[in-house]
Order: sequence, then structure tokens, then C-alpha cells
Amino acid sequence: MTLLTERQQTPLRMVENKQWRKPVYETNGLNLWYGTSHALKNIDLSIHEKEVTAIIGPSGCGKSTYLKTLNRMVEMVPDVSISGNVTFKGNNILGKSMPVEMLRAKVGMVFQKPNPFPKSIYENVAFGPKIHGIRNKTVLDQIVQESLQKAALWDEVKDRLHKSAYGLSGGQQQRLCIARCLAIDPEVILMDEPTSALDPVSTHKVEELIHSIKNDVTIAIVTHNMQQAARISDRTAFFLNGEIIECDTTTAIFNHPADHLTDDYINGRFG
Amino acid sequence: MLNINSNVPQKNDVRIRELIEEKRQSRNFKGIVEKLIPSFLLVIATLSILTTAGIVYTLLSETVQFFKRVPFLDFFTGTALKPLSQTPEFGILPLLMGTITSSLIAMVVAGPIGLMAAIYLSQYASERVRKVFKPLLEILAGIPTIVYGFFAFTFVTPLLRTLIPGLEATNILSPGIVMGVMIIPMIASLSEDAMSSVPSSIREGALALGSTKLEVTKKVIIPAALSGIIASFVLGISRAIGETMIVTIASGSTKNFTFDITQSMQTMTAYIVEVTGGDAPAGSTVYYSLYAVAMTLFIFTLLMNIGARKISRKFREEY
Ligand SMILES: Nc1ncnc2c1ncn2[C@@H]1O[C@H](COP(=O)(O)OP(=O)(O)O)[C@@H](O)[C@H]1O
Ligand SMILES: [Mg+2]
Repeated sequence: MTLLTERQQTPLRMVENKQWRKPVYETNGLNLWYGTSHALKNIDLSIHEKEVTAIIGPSGCGKSTYLKTLNRMVEMVPDVSISGNVTFKGNNILGKSMPVEMLRAKVGMVFQKPNPFPKSIYENVAFGPKIHGIRNKTVLDQIVQESLQKAALWDEVKDRLHKSAYGLSGGQQQRLCIARCLAIDPEVILMDEPTSALDPVSTHKVEELIHSIKNDVTIAIVTHNMQQAARISDRTAFFLNGEIIECDTTTAIFNHPADHLTDDYINGRFG
Repeated sequence: MLNINSNVPQKNDVRIRELIEEKRQSRNFKGIVEKLIPSFLLVIATLSILTTAGIVYTLLSETVQFFKRVPFLDFFTGTALKPLSQTPEFGILPLLMGTITSSLIAMVVAGPIGLMAAIYLSQYASERVRKVFKPLLEILAGIPTIVYGFFAFTFVTPLLRTLIPGLEATNILSPGIVMGVMIIPMIASLSEDAMSSVPSSIREGALALGSTKLEVTKKVIIPAALSGIIASFVLGISRAIGETMIVTIASGSTKNFTFDITQSMQTMTAYIVEVTGGDAPAGSTVYYSLYAVAMTLFIFTLLMNIGARKISRKFREEY
């Protein structure tokens, strides 16, 4: 979206040598407690620019918690305590120095269950830009159209932009939520099992959509679907009981994992 | 899973089936009761509707008697109400003025304060604060109105008179304010319910886009809860219109037709109290005027409730 911010061109994708893509998020020694229950234990993990990072692991292992730490939504839970370091483009986000609104304007989130606002399709997409001060109608119209096009939803909704978002199917609603994210031109999108509530066709559409935007935006996606992780991600992190067992390129994780626990999990032997 | 199965004797399966079978047998005897219940409930429901219909019928027939004595137009356009004078006049406008003015004052007080309290409780307060405040609001809503009337007359009016020199000893301002105070808990509590029932996933969606709490409240929560908020306001106005004790005690019984809120005014309800408390002989015009006023009050609230339904349906944002 050249309209909003012009971003630096990143070097061409080098499959063999991903290491030199810059990390957007760096996590060091992250610990998180819900009250007294230790949900994240000493997490070290980097999320690299313009890659898709898949986060896998059995239910309750802390995947959502980790994702919500990255945009500090986890702080809404009372009694959360966090220690360690999480930096976003070099700035510590856990300190008071960065206002959460600033961070969240650059880091979008897509939830497990589609959660459009009880407003029109247009107002859903225009919501973020409006919040961040864009008032010009022509600009908003253009943002709405571009975002919906990127989310592969434009053709399906262009004749009913001012109808309620609740008239859309579940899969369309989820793509609308992605469009809503894209409308603020985020640098990162966090997705928490975005397709687990969707049928296979809708799932496929969302995967294609992820594929089509990944050259512009960094994506971290939690998924329970191993094939999905293998299909769409460049890098995979395996969580277990609040710890990170292993993180490597997706090819490595799925072909020759270093830890036998990873091997067991991706081959369905537990979880 | 395997050891659980091996510990449970297989016979149990059969026993459960037998037990259920026995229960079902005994249930057959209860079947008759089961069939009679709907008819019984229908009778009860019909009775309550008939009672209401009876009340409306009485109101109507006595009102007709009134309009045989006083022309319709005189009643609805008359600015003077002198039921006991030598040359009696029966204009309802002073009473309408009193009711509308006091209700408006009450809503000016209760609307904003109730809504802000609801916003605080649903969006900002911690679970602990909410747990203390919500029951407290419900207790406040249960204070008898005579206590508020007394409070208006002996505390608020003297206080206001030190601020507003021209204020009369009985005036519409003080009971209006106190009615507002009385309504605050109701508006706060109902609006809080409406805002809290907006799914938290929607709220999180807005926060995740970088909105502040205030923006989320203004642009997502309030629009989504608007029909509930409007409903709470309408209930508040209805209570103010129907409120009797506070205005009877603190606003006096002068049937002023005025816009001056520092003066005494009488509401429709207070008029009914005054006339029933006095000795209007049954069959007199004054006696029948009670029914005409009550009928007006009834139509007034009815129209408002219908209007409110339409408004809240129009603003409804489904989720
Ligand atoms: N709001 C919360 N309050 C208390 N404990 C929580 C909360 N959310 C999650 N947990 C706990 O933290 C652990 C990790 O949860 P979560 O991050 O949701 O796991 P996942 O997304 O991998 O299924 C679980 O044991 C869960 O019970
Ligand atoms: Mg989860």
C-alpha cells in the first residue's frame, strides 16, 4: 500500500540463506505467569522480517499467550506478570517507553473466531485508519478497496459494502478481519489459529491470501494443522508446556527435527 | 482410559438401563399433570391480561363521563387548572408542563451521570470494584421514594435556596434533581448490563487495531449497546413520569403553567394524589377529572414506550 507508508525494499528472497533476514521481533528469556501459573518459560525466539513463522504445539502450551505478548494484549488479563525482553525493531516493548496503541498500530492481530464489529463491511475496514486519524473520504475509499482486494474479498462484497458484516459467511468474516488488519498497513500480522473455525474451502482461501501478502508483511501464525504449517510457513517454532523446544526453518523441522519430541508431535504421536 | 473400563463392573450398564426404565414407568402417572399444566398457565395468563383490560375499561368509561362535562379541546388546550374554584377550569397543560419539566430535569441529571457510571463500571473498573458497585447500585434503586421526597424537601431545597436566591420553598427544580438521583442507579445498572454484554472478542478486535479504551468505548461499545442504553433511558423517563411521592412532597400543589423551574408546579401524578386525598364527591366533575388525567398519563407512557421500541430497533447493531 504505497499510499500509507513507503517501506524499504528488502533484498530478494533467499531460500538457502534466510539467516540474513532481519529479525523484527526478538524475544530473550521471556517468562510469563498467570497469577502463579507459569505459562511461558524462558522463551528465546526471533521472528524475521517478511517471513511466515508458524507456531505449533499441543493445546495449552502457551502459543496464544506468546502471540498476545507480542502486541501486549496479554496485559488485559488481570494478575499477569512478565519478565524478560521482547524487542520490536530494536525497541523494548515491555517497558513503559512504547505506548501500546503505537505498537498495535504496527502489529495487527487476527483471532481464532472471526470478530467483525457490528457495523457495515466498509466501516469494519475503515475503522483502523479512522482511529489513526485518516478522515479523507477518497483516501478511506481507496484503503477499503485495496485492503479488501488484498484479502481476496473485494469481488464478493463490492456490491454490499454498506451492509452489515454479520451477513457474511464465517470464512468471509475472517477474510474481512484480515482486511481490517491490512487497512492500517501493519508491519506484522499475528494470527491465532485463523482457520480453525473455517471449512476447508475457506481455509484454502485464507492460506492463499497469506501467501499473497507475505512479501509485504511479517506473519506469525499459530496453527494446529501440520500440513498448513508446512504449506505456508518459512520457519516453525515448536512449543511444549510453556517452553520452546525447537525453532528452525520449516523444511528442517518437518524433515529432520533435532528433538525427538518435535518429531513425535508433527507425526501425531501425541498432542 | 483402559484402566477405568476394567475397574467398572460391566453389570452397571444394565442397572442404569433398568433404573431409567423404572423412572419412565412412574413418569407416565405424571403425564396427566404434565398435560394440564399448559391450560392452567393459560388461565393465569388470561386473568392477568383481563385485569389490565378491566383497568383500562374503567379508565375509559369514567373519562368519557368527564368529557361529557368538559369539552375535549378545553381540557387539552387549557392553561388553567382550577378544579375547586367557583368557576372551575380543567386545563391539563399545567400538569403536563409539571410532568415534562420534572422528568426533563431528572434526565438531565441521571442520563449523563448514569451513562458515565456505566462506562466506568463496564470498561475501566477492576473486577473487585465492579463486585462492590453493582450490588450497591441495586440497593440504591430499592430506597423507598418517600425517603427521596423527604430528602428533597428538607435537604436539597434549602441547599439550593442558598445558591439560587429566588427559589421558592416548594419548586420543581429540587424534586427534579432528586428524581434524577433516584434514577441514576437504574440507568447505570441497565446500561452497564448492555455494555458488558457486547462480546469481549469485539472489544479485543478494536484494541488490537491500536484504539485506546476511550475510542473503543465511543466507537464500538456504545454503538453496539445503543439499543440497551436507549431502553435504560426510556425506563428512566417512564419512572420519572410516573414518580409521585417526591414531587408531591417537594413541589407543592400550585397549578402553574410556566417555564420557570424555580416555581412550584404540579405533575399529573401529584394532582391525582391531591384530589384523591381531598374529598371530591364521587360523580363530581373533579372526581371524573382524575380519570381523564390518569388516562392522559397512561397514553403518555404508552406512546413513549412505543416510540422507544422503534428507536431502539432502528439503532440496533446485531452481534
Ligand atoms: N486468561 C488466562 N488466565 C489464566 N490462565 C490462562 C489464561 N489464558 C491461558 N491460560 C493458561 O496458560 C496456558 C497457556 O494457554 P494458551 O496460551 O492459551 O495455550 P495455547 O494457545 O497454546 O492453547 C494454559 O495452561 C492456560 O490454561
Ligand atoms: Mg490458543
